[in-house]
Amino acid sequence: MSKRIANQIALALLWTSALTTVAVLFAVILYVVVNGIGQLSLGFIFTWPRGVNAEGGVWPTIVSTLYVTALAMVIVTPIAILAAVYLAEYAVQGRLVSIIRCAADTLASVPSIVMGLFGLALFVEAAHIGFSMLSAALALTFLMLPIVMRTTEEAIRAVPKYIRWGSYGLGATKWQTVRRTVLPAAMPRILTGLILATGRAVGETAVVIYTMGQAINMPVSPLDSGRPMTVHLYLLAMEGINLPAAYGTALLLMIMILGFNLSARYLLRRTRKV
Amino acid sequence: MTRMPAPIVSPTPAAPAPDGPDKITVKGLEFYYGDFHALTDVTVPIKSTAVTAFIGPSGCGKSTFIRCFNRMNDLIPGTRLEGKVTLDGQDIYAPGVDPVDLRRRVGMIFQQPNPFPMSIYDNVAFGPRLHGITKKSELDDLVRDSLDRANLWKEVKDILGRGGLTLSGGQQQRLCIARVLAVQPEVLLMDEPCSAIDPTSVQKIEDLMAVLKESITIIIVTHNMQQAARVSDFTAFFLQEVAGEAAVLVEYDRTTNVFTSPRDKRTEDYITGRFG
Amino acid sequence: MAEASAQNDENHKKAAHGLRLVSRSTHLKEAGLRNLFLLCAFVAVLGVALIFLFVGWRGWSIFSTYGVGAFLGGAEWDPIDGIYGILPLIYGSLVVMGGALALGTPLAVGTAIFLSEIASPRVRSIVRPAVELLAGIPSVIFGFFGLLILRPFIASTSGGLGFGAATAWIILAIMIVPTIATLTEDALGSIQPGIREASYAMGATTWQTVYKVLVPAAKIGIIDAIILGMGRAIGETMAVLMVVGNAPVFPDSVTDPIATLTTQIVIDMPYATGDHRTALFGMAIILFIVSMGLVAAVRLISRLQSAMEANR
Repeated sequence: MSKRIANQIALALLWTSALTTVAVLFAVILYVVVNGIGQLSLGFIFTWPRGVNAEGGVWPTIVSTLYVTALAMVIVTPIAILAAVYLAEYAVQGRLVSIIRCAADTLASVPSIVMGLFGLALFVEAAHIGFSMLSAALALTFLMLPIVMRTTEEAIRAVPKYIRWGSYGLGATKWQTVRRTVLPAAMPRILTGLILATGRAVGETAVVIYTMGQAINMPVSPLDSGRPMTVHLYLLAMEGINLPAAYGTALLLMIMILGFNLSARYLLRRTRKV
Repeated sequence: MTRMPAPIVSPTPAAPAPDGPDKITVKGLEFYYGDFHALTDVTVPIKSTAVTAFIGPSGCGKSTFIRCFNRMNDLIPGTRLEGKVTLDGQDIYAPGVDPVDLRRRVGMIFQQPNPFPMSIYDNVAFGPRLHGITKKSELDDLVRDSLDRANLWKEVKDILGRGGLTLSGGQQQRLCIARVLAVQPEVLLMDEPCSAIDPTSVQKIEDLMAVLKESITIIIVTHNMQQAARVSDFTAFFLQEVAGEAAVLVEYDRTTNVFTSPRDKRTEDYITGRFG
Repeated sequence: MAEASAQNDENHKKAAHGLRLVSRSTHLKEAGLRNLFLLCAFVAVLGVALIFLFVGWRGWSIFSTYGVGAFLGGAEWDPIDGIYGILPLIYGSLVVMGGALALGTPLAVGTAIFLSEIASPRVRSIVRPAVELLAGIPSVIFGFFGLLILRPFIASTSGGLGFGAATAWIILAIMIVPTIATLTEDALGSIQPGIREASYAMGATTWQTVYKVLVPAAKIGIIDAIILGMGRAIGETMAVLMVVGNAPVFPDSVTDPIATLTTQIVIDMPYATGDHRTALFGMAIILFIVSMGLVAAVRLISRLQSAMEANR
């Protein structure tokens, strides 16, 4: 029965590949947690780095990361949701729509360093915004746009047709139907997409490294520069000057990313139950 | 609110059909989905404050037809209509007519109960809010009134804040009826309203149709001939004789006549169950 | 009944008004909103155009002043002496991508087949979130992990420092697993269910069903997934940067330092001026064109497939 043996071997290999994937994930998480946990303290989170070896905390980099992420999401959310509303509810299949879809796909595939150089050329230099939260957020916006557009469009399309009929049947206009029934019904899935995009933005490095600047600074206005956690981690790791701080930063970053991912997952599961 | 006696299963309508004025008239209607000719040469009156039933085998265009009365078909790209449909003597397809306002006056119930994913109260208040009613007391009255007319108030009066989707299928359908009644339509279109719900609820919906027709013109599409016989005053029989060709209106008359002495051989065959 | 007749009267009153025409304000509002949404959707097009314009504007002149052949075909990258041949970087990018695909594709496709054909719902509910979570981990963390765990391991087996293509292959292979696995699983999931039953009914084993029936049926989707994984691998920056050693040369071995287009941009950007800077933007143009080309390839394949299905 060689047929059966071949089957057994193949199944074992498939199990192995799946287990490898899971094992790698846990190895990475575990590695960061084990090495970073000793570093984590209120002092580390809430104080400034000091001296050439960046001893002390990472507070300004946390603020910079959250600042730029929040700013980018504030800019991208309305644009992406309304764009998705257009594609899912208003657009008639045709040339215009296929151009928009093609552009969104292209935008989604642009390497993040290219997006970073683009941000540098347009926002930092041509628009004279300089290295700043705003420049980085604008560059991030273009990176996030196709992601949020796609998840939102899928969320809107998943709303059953007959819900729309019910609304039209009551004499609602198209916009009333979209705003009062379709968007509320799609909201949990839209939020899930937004949270996942936020996680992506938090972890992004190549886009922000040449748009936000690298100097440690506490940003107040959107025109201030700063150094996000990812860039801080990169610099500490590459220069090998303060590995404990690098582990601590990596762990904080990981906690934020896992937090976003798990809360998106929780949200999605809760709405599926209802 | 007085209750009509429970309808009896017999071809005779519970009350003699009123010979009122025509609420809606259809003249020489042709309907197309792109290249497909779905309905041809339909001419029929819809009597005011009565129940008119559309019957026929599936695929005969009766659901397409009922959607012409509130221009729901406008929402499907590529559809085209010729001929004339009037409401109170006015052409609803005349240029410039607002289909949105038309749909407020001509309400619709769908085959699949489709409460919005929000509370029972918000479902019923949805229409009035759309049309600018914001006063809490006014909304409260409308919600209670509409749920009452839809035979649902007693069951939900204590759970108005609960999600509309938590109700049973039959309750959901009555919630949808309440939702439509809250915008005070003159005509109620019901597209196979009972095909996706349990028999007890069917009874309740048929009961309330008998009451509602005192004030509202009702059109119902049904594949259930007993139901057509029980609830309607007039019946129109549609048939697509050749697959792929346009369906036609075979016969229209008082329900009593259609079910006891049909004029057309095809109607008789359908009613006696010889095809379809 | 009083209520009903009141309603009736009201209806007659309304009827007297007749059909309402579309009000100008409603019409304008709806049309205005529609155009606003279209405008938002067009931001995506605007984005692509702006990237093309600004990266192109900064980088284009390297092709004209330095020459296309000398830039793309030059075997030496030595900005201090004004030599901007990016062939070693292109070579580096291709080597890193090729190895990562060779390692990552079997892992990803295997994981996808496992998820869609073998795993019980319980196992799936652990593996699938893990794959999705893997996609969410920032590349700088992968780089960090590679730098401190994988690199010493490679160094101890090869004897060098551990910076080089081999380290990047392993890290990148893991990073492209979610991209390829998710899309492959979608492709397998969209095969109509009857096909599976037919194969099992004929006495085929799970593996025979997978490789004789399901993989051929999902072939196009899997190819798309690999192409997009390719894009991810070529464009990946931080993780690769932290483990390849960043030497813009043709290496002797896979454990010798190497550089790619993306890593060289990050390394050189802080101090690049003049032609050097233009050359870096020129490399960004190439990366942009490659990623666009991969998207176009996916679109072309799906168009060819639907044309083939139409002929059938």
